[in-house]
Amino acid sequence: MSEKVLMKGNEAIAEAAIRAGCRHYFGYPITPQTELAAYMAKRMPKIGGVFLQAESEIAAINMVYGVSSAGKRVMTSSSSPGISLKQEGISYMAGADLPGLIVNVQRGGPGLGGIQPSQSDYFQATKGGGHGDYHLIVLTPASVQEMADLTSLAFDLSDKYRVPAMLLADGTLGQMMEPVMLPEPQTEFPEKPWALTGTKMQRKHNIVNSLYLSPEELERTNIERFERYEKIKANEARYESFMTEDAEICVVAFGIAARISKNAVIAARKEGIKAGLIRPITVWPFPEKPIAELSHRVKGFISVELSMGQMTEDIQLAQHCLRPTMLCSRAGGIIPSPDEVLGAIRKMQGGNQS
Amino acid sequence: MPKDNYADSTKAAASHDASKASLPHCPKRVTIISGHFGSGKTNIAVNYAMHLCKAGYKTALADLDTVNPYFRAKDSENELTSAGVRVVSVNFANTNADIPSVPAEIYSLLRSKDEYAVLDVGGDDMGAYVLGGMAQLVKNENSFEHFFVVNFCRPLTPTAEEAAEYMKEIELACKIPFTGIINNSNLGEETTPETVLVTAEKAALLEKMTGKRIVMTTAETGVAAQIKDENIFPLELQKKYW
Repeated sequence: MSEKVLMKGNEAIAEAAIRAGCRHYFGYPITPQTELAAYMAKRMPKIGGVFLQAESEIAAINMVYGVSSAGKRVMTSSSSPGISLKQEGISYMAGADLPGLIVNVQRGGPGLGGIQPSQSDYFQATKGGGHGDYHLIVLTPASVQEMADLTSLAFDLSDKYRVPAMLLADGTLGQMMEPVMLPEPQTEFPEKPWALTGTKMQRKHNIVNSLYLSPEELERTNIERFERYEKIKANEARYESFMTEDAEICVVAFGIAARISKNAVIAARKEGIKAGLIRPITVWPFPEKPIAELSHRVKGFISVELSMGQMTEDIQLAQHCLRPTMLCSRAGGIIPSPDEVLGAIRKMQGGNQS
Repeated sequence: MPKDNYADSTKAAASHDASKASLPHCPKRVTIISGHFGSGKTNIAVNYAMHLCKAGYKTALADLDTVNPYFRAKDSENELTSAGVRVVSVNFANTNADIPSVPAEIYSLLRSKDEYAVLDVGGDDMGAYVLGGMAQLVKNENSFEHFFVVNFCRPLTPTAEEAAEYMKEIELACKIPFTGIINNSNLGEETTPETVLVTAEKAALLEKMTGKRIVMTTAETGVAAQIKDENIFPLELQKKYW
C-alpha cells in the first residue's frame, strides 16, 4: 500500500506501529485515543499479532515491560489520566533500560479533567513523570503524517538508546483526518543481546531488572544512563524552523499549537511584523540550540501552548532568560485561535516600540 | 401508528417543494446515515439536512453519535440552525462530559410525522447499536432510507469486500437493513476529481455484491464542480482553522 490513504491520527499511529514491527499492543480504552486500540483490535489478529485489552492501565504497562524484556517491539497508548496510572511501570522500564512506545493523546486536566485536546502533560512527559532520575524520548507530531512518521522513529530511537519513547499528541491530532503516506514495513531490526530470549545453554543468562540494593551499583546505573541521555541530547533534538532567518519575534509551539501558530506567523508577516516559528519535534531532548542562537537577535519569544504554560520554562532555560518569554495559551481543552496568537505577536511588537 | 397520519404529513411537507428536482433522489421521511468511522457521515448528514430544508422540507437533524465526542454535527449547529434545520443532539454533546446517552427527543422525532429526519449515527457497529432500540420504530415507518457511507481511501475499507464486511456488521448491530450506498471517497484536502472517479469501479462492485444501490457520490464543493456527473452531491465541509 504505497498510495495515500485518509486516516485519523490515532489510526495512523497504530498502522505505523504495525509497520515498524510492533506485534504486541496492550491498552485500556479512554477518549480521545480509543480509535488506536480499536484499530489494533481489528488488525492484530489478522497479522498474527497480539491485541490485549488489559484490566487496567497499570496492568497494560507491566505487560509492555514483559514483552520488551523479551526483546520485542511493544506499545501501549492512553490519554492523560491513563498515562498517570502508567507512571510506575514507565519508571520501572526506564530503570531496567527497556525500550517501548507509550502514546499519550492528551486531554485536559488535572484529575479526570475533560475530553478535549490539551498539552498540559508536558512537564510529566519531559521531566520524567514517575519516580527516580530519568527521561523519556518525547516526540511531538503536528500532523497525521507525523503521527505515522514519528511512531516509526520512536521505535528506532527507543531501541537504539534503550530508553522508553513517548509520542506526545493531543485529542485533536488523534481525531483529525488527513491524507497519509504510510511508511514501508520495516524488515530489519537492531540486535538485542540483552533480551530474555532463552540461553539455549550457549550464553550466560540475561537479567532485566530495576532493583539495585547496593547504592554504589544503583548510582553507577544512573550515571551510565545519564551518559546516554547526553548522547541523545547531542544527536536527537529535532525541530522545524519557519521564517526565522530574519525574525524579530520568535513563536515556539509544538503539535496542534504549532499549526495555529504557523497561520498566525503568516498573518503577522502580512502586517509587516517579522515573526518566525520554532516548532519542536522532540520536546525531550528540547531543541535548545536554535532557541539559544535566536535569542541573540530576536526581541523575545512567545510560547503558544494548550496549558497554563509549561514549555515556557524550557524556552527560558534554553536562552538563560536573555530575552522575555511571553505566554499565549488556553487551557481546559480549548485551542487558542490564530487571532489570539497574532494578538500576542502584535503585543510583543508594540511593547518594544513604545 | 396510524398510517394516514404519515401520508398527510408527507403531503404537507412536500407541498412547498421549490427545488425538489435538484435532490439526488426522492427523499424519504427518515434518512439514517451510518458507516465506518471517519467515512464522512457527519459532513454528509449536515449537508443533506440543509439540502432538504432548502428544497422545502421541514427537517431535523439528530446527532446520535455516542462514540466520538470530537467532530460532530453539533459543531455545525449555527450553520444548521440558520439554514432552518432543527438540531436534536445528545444531551452532553460538546460539553466535557463523556457520557454516551441518547436524547429522548429522538423518539418523538421518529413518532411524529410532521418533520423530515436525518439521523447522524456513530461509526462502525459500536455506533450503530444505538439504533437497535429504534429499529422497530424506523421499520414501522414506510418511508425510510438507511445509507451506508463509504470512503475507499480509508485504510480499513480499501476494497468492496472489506466495505461489505462493515455493512454486515452495522446491519447486525442496528437491525435496520441498508437501502443504499453513498460513495464519499476522498483524501481530505488532497482530493482531486481523479480520487473520486477511480473509486467508481469499487462502488459498482459493492453495489453488485450487496444489491444496495449507489444513491449518490459526494465530493467537496470545489472538487464536485470539476466532476461532470449529475449524481454528484456537493459537500460544504465543517470549518477548521489549524
